[in-house]
Amino acid sequence: MRYQLIGVNHNSAPLELRERLAISESRLPEACRDLTAHPGIEEGMILSTCNRVELVTHTANGSADLRGFLHDHFHLTAEELDAHLYEFREKDAVRHIFRVASSLDSMVVGEAQILGQVKEAYATARAVGSVRGQLDQLFTRAFAVAKRVRTETAVGSSSVSIASVAVELAKKIFGTLQGKNVFIVGAGKMSELAARHLMAHGCASIFVSNRTYDRAIGLAHKFNGQAIKFDDLYDSCDRADIVITSTGAPHTIFRREHGEQFLSRRKNRPMFFIDIAVPRDVSPEMAKLDGIFAYDIDDLQQAVSSHVADRRKEAERAEAIIASEVEKFETRFEDRLSTLDVVPTIVSLQDHLETIRQAEIDRVRGRMGPLTPDQEMAVEALTRGIINKVMHTPITTLKTAAREAEATTVIDVVRRLFNLRKESVSPDANRKNEARKSD
Amino acid sequence: MALLWLRFALACYFIGLIYAFFALSRTSDLFSRIALHAASLGMVFHFVSLVEVFFAGHVVWASVHNGESLLAFFSMTFFMIIYAIYKTTAPGAVVFPIVFFLTFVAAVGQQPFVFTSSVSKVWLIPVHIALIFTGYAALLFSFVASLLYLLQERRLKAKKASSLISFLPALEVIDQIGYRSLMLGFPFMTLGLLIGSLVAVSTYGHMDFLDPKILLSILMWFVYMVMVFTRWNSGWRGRRAAVLATFAFVAAVVAWAANYFSTIHRFAAS
Repeated sequence: MRYQLIGVNHNSAPLELRERLAISESRLPEACRDLTAHPGIEEGMILSTCNRVELVTHTANGSADLRGFLHDHFHLTAEELDAHLYEFREKDAVRHIFRVASSLDSMVVGEAQILGQVKEAYATARAVGSVRGQLDQLFTRAFAVAKRVRTETAVGSSSVSIASVAVELAKKIFGTLQGKNVFIVGAGKMSELAARHLMAHGCASIFVSNRTYDRAIGLAHKFNGQAIKFDDLYDSCDRADIVITSTGAPHTIFRREHGEQFLSRRKNRPMFFIDIAVPRDVSPEMAKLDGIFAYDIDDLQQAVSSHVADRRKEAERAEAIIASEVEKFETRFEDRLSTLDVVPTIVSLQDHLETIRQAEIDRVRGRMGPLTPDQEMAVEALTRGIINKVMHTPITTLKTAAREAEATTVIDVVRRLFNLRKESVSPDANRKNEARKSD
Repeated sequence: MALLWLRFALACYFIGLIYAFFALSRTSDLFSRIALHAASLGMVFHFVSLVEVFFAGHVVWASVHNGESLLAFFSMTFFMIIYAIYKTTAPGAVVFPIVFFLTFVAAVGQQPFVFTSSVSKVWLIPVHIALIFTGYAALLFSFVASLLYLLQERRLKAKKASSLISFLPALEVIDQIGYRSLMLGFPFMTLGLLIGSLVAVSTYGHMDFLDPKILLSILMWFVYMVMVFTRWNSGWRGRRAAVLATFAFVAAVVAWAANYFSTIHRFAAS
């Protein structure tokens, strides 16, 4: 398990540095190729998002100079970079990848985006051939672990963006959003996003009002909604159950008397105001009315952060899953890897003995002259029998040793004892073996 | 035997009572499931107990403790119906203690109070009881819903994060539970009172409006009607609805208590 990982993330490095390290999508394939061309690196993948840049590699001897690669590739000095880097090897690298994919290492724990980003980076590296057997194995497992974390814990369940908190609050008031109407006052990016979320949860129709009527029409068009003239705002606002307001007005737009009007026209059915304007559009006096629920940007922000705290608890459960998955991965990996190491040795050992056997039979034949078919068969059976009997214990020992730490020592001893040539167990044979496995 | 079953039921409802104590402070899925199962089991015992009372004959029916037991059972039935529709055990926070109390009184009492007045149209009495009790149970639930509504409204207004993970259902759902109970209960209550009056008139030849039981029943019905009207007309909910519902509930409790000192609707120690 010669995995090696180096990188920076939102905790370890300031934004300026992360910006300098970021690799754009278009240049990613080339960077992957550069990485695998670096000495000692067999496979490599680069994950570059706005919060992290990481090189994930499988190396020839477990200690490739990844720092050197970063210095060269980004033209950064050791002083600038090294203090912000973290580096993981083997088991720790596996754990880190599992945590990243499961969104436990994210700035907002549990956000779903990171898994998609890892998958993209993986696909890119795979396309250029810099990810093969070893990393393939690692990432396939990482995706499965991420899925397990997502389904078995609530890490990703509670929403964290302001828009999704707004949706959840709306659900706490209305139960279902099916058939509810949304009114956007002041067409802005934020309100558009919130509206999009609400519509996605089943809201029926949308009204848009803006001081500039054209913008209202534009936004209403996007949602198949209806534009309302700003002057008609108070007359039509009660048709909406949810009002998203974000005007740039210096004073409040909705005051107590408006709220009272709305409620009496709505027969006191509740209204939910999402006030993302600064300064606020909904007066605190109006927010006090029974049946008016007004959340301003601070309230929403607070709800967001308390959600994050909830997630922390779930994250602990997720960490436990990861720990067990890392163990599992390691065991399986070792099984597979060491058997791979041992197979060529066994094959060449058999080859070696077979050559000796043939040579000896030929020698005997030369001395005794041609043998009858019966004799031929007897000799064949005898020699084969001896070799098989003698070979039995060493091969079993090799196979058992494959599962243990001393595998390489045993392999070494066997090779030396039988004077097996190195090239027959070269990486070539290894690679062939791998190719067969991955087919 | 009926009493024994009732005491089994009481034991089950006790778990519900414990649930009610903790429901407001902490939310636990497991606990509400346990409470739900305990309540279901309690209902089975309760049902058996009621069936035995029923087969024991008419006279026992008219015992005030059996009335309490029946009302508790009706309330539990309502609770289960609401659970089936809305998948919430939240009303249990208020209903379980009341049910426990009613069952407790019925289960430990020695059946001393029986209906003493002689009524002519005896067959109408069970109908009267069933209708009125359905009305009572519905009233109880609209009262409970208005309390829960207030609570949820407070939580949402306080903008505490806990409002997102509380055990309370959505505001509109609570509102719907209250509204439906109200609308369902009113006709039952009205019809039940009418039949009661019918029995009274046919027995005594006139209605004694100054009898505390009758006076309070009319008062309760009147508040009930005001609730239905304001709800219909201007959609009163929240604080104002809660005040009315509390008033109606108190009137109902007092009207119930009037059984002990009404001359014509009297239960007396036997």
